[in-house]
Amino acid sequence: MRIPPSITQKIAKISLTLACASAVAALVFVIGFVLVGGLKHVTWAFLTEPILDMGRAGGILPAIVGTILMVFVAIGIAAPLGIASAIYLAEYTQEGKVTQTIRFGINCLAGVPSIIFGLFGFILFVVMLGFGWSIISGGLSLAAMVLPTIIRTAEEAMRAVPRNYRDVAASLGATRWQVVTRAVLPYALPGVLTGVILGIGRSIEETAVVIFTAGSAVQMPRSLFDSARTMSVHFYILAREGISNDNAYATAAVLICTILVINITAYTMMHRLMRGRRAA
Amino acid sequence: MDRFISKLLFIAACSSIAILALIALFIFKEGVPIIIRSGLGHFLFGRIWSPLEGQFGILPFIIGSLWVTAGALILGVPLGVACAVFLAEFAPARLAAVLKPAIELLAGIPSVVYGFLGVMWLAPIIRVHLGGPGLSILAASCVLAIMILPTIVGVSIDAIHAVPRSYKEGSLALGATEWQTAWRVILPAARSGILAGVILGMGRAVGETMAVIMISGNATQIPHSILDSVRTLTANIAIEMGYAVGDHREALFATGIVLFFFIMALNTVALRVARRRF
Repeated sequence: MRIPPSITQKIAKISLTLACASAVAALVFVIGFVLVGGLKHVTWAFLTEPILDMGRAGGILPAIVGTILMVFVAIGIAAPLGIASAIYLAEYTQEGKVTQTIRFGINCLAGVPSIIFGLFGFILFVVMLGFGWSIISGGLSLAAMVLPTIIRTAEEAMRAVPRNYRDVAASLGATRWQVVTRAVLPYALPGVLTGVILGIGRSIEETAVVIFTAGSAVQMPRSLFDSARTMSVHFYILAREGISNDNAYATAAVLICTILVINITAYTMMHRLMRGRRAA
Repeated sequence: MDRFISKLLFIAACSSIAILALIALFIFKEGVPIIIRSGLGHFLFGRIWSPLEGQFGILPFIIGSLWVTAGALILGVPLGVACAVFLAEFAPARLAAVLKPAIELLAGIPSVVYGFLGVMWLAPIIRVHLGGPGLSILAASCVLAIMILPTIVGVSIDAIHAVPRSYKEGSLALGATEWQTAWRVILPAARSGILAGVILGMGRAVGETMAVIMISGNATQIPHSILDSVRTLTANIAIEMGYAVGDHREALFATGIVLFFFIMALNTVALRVARRRF
């Protein structure tokens, strides 16, 4: 027996809608689960007090500071390096064997699991270079991890800049570098920044890399060579060792809110950029 | 001056390859000696992992990783491809513009949060209704399926958008329904792109660590059913790295080598497949 196409069309449409609805439901459920369980424990004191009794009491201020410092180190290194790579790939070279190799390297690096970055950072920064478990080791390892994200997004943004911007600048006698800095980069800036913001998000989410390279000290870090924990690591330890469910939920809620703000900012920036392009 | 800048930018561009090479170098340097000492066969196919007695067989973890990844793909691929078809072909543009970033956001949620949810919510449900310890292959597969969804959906949507419009128009003009067009014309045309997305998703599932540690139970035996506790390659490294020294630590780096090879193979295949057009 053959089912008429009009019926299969209806069945298909309903099932596909349901599939998509369930994916979105999963997102809403994850966020809702954490916020409902955690927001009621998030107070001003929780955000501004030191971690006491391994996290059973007190707040998460050292973890917040640790997160900010580590992101600062990671992005401080990955952003200039990544944007420079993207400028080279988009503006300074023709497609060929060399770019293919570089692109292959970037793609492979993007696929390397975070635990491998953790092992690498541990052996190179913590042990060999003697930085110990520290913010600097954690930041450097995170920088290696987020580099591909920043390069790819920045290159895409620069490629989207219309040709005539470059032609006009060049015809006015600008050098290649002037073309890049005065004509291409200003136009591509929102896209480039989107990549940087996504890199910040990735750094904040990451646990495996940080735990092996920055350790998990509960004290407030006093220098970049101190061990520190990020919010993700703090949450992981609280949850895994069953130290305090309330504080775990609360930390997760702070973490999720931060991630939401970062991702929504990145997305709206990208979206505005696209819409601006279409209008122009 | 311009020449100098060009050189500088070139050096920056090579940093990714340099980092990749350094990663390979250090992982190999730390891990290869123990593989040589205990023999590749013993290391890869040994069934017993007992660091205190100097037994380093990672077969249970290889099998663990394969089970969990297979489970994630079985659950995640149909769901992900269905989402991609819906968003690219069926959903009104305005709805798709909201839903696509929402699904991408799933990738932004920290993996520890997924793990936590698995422990607090999913594992108890499995324990009560299906039996077993709860923290199991099934739990890990479910959570990983959600985690790899953004990769599969994103790459698949791009692949579907890359199918020439004329294919779709031709099919519709012949009187095919939207579904027939999607199933018989668009999906076959986009299959290599979708496959690339699936392989990349597989890479993410194999490489995921923190969520898997929290929900898979981490027993070092070879599992017999999807309700059994299991330990993956990534979990093995992460769990024992904190206190391992000497041979034990080298064995964990050696586990990293196996993981590294696996991921590199998957990425290379994905890139090859993605380059093939129609």
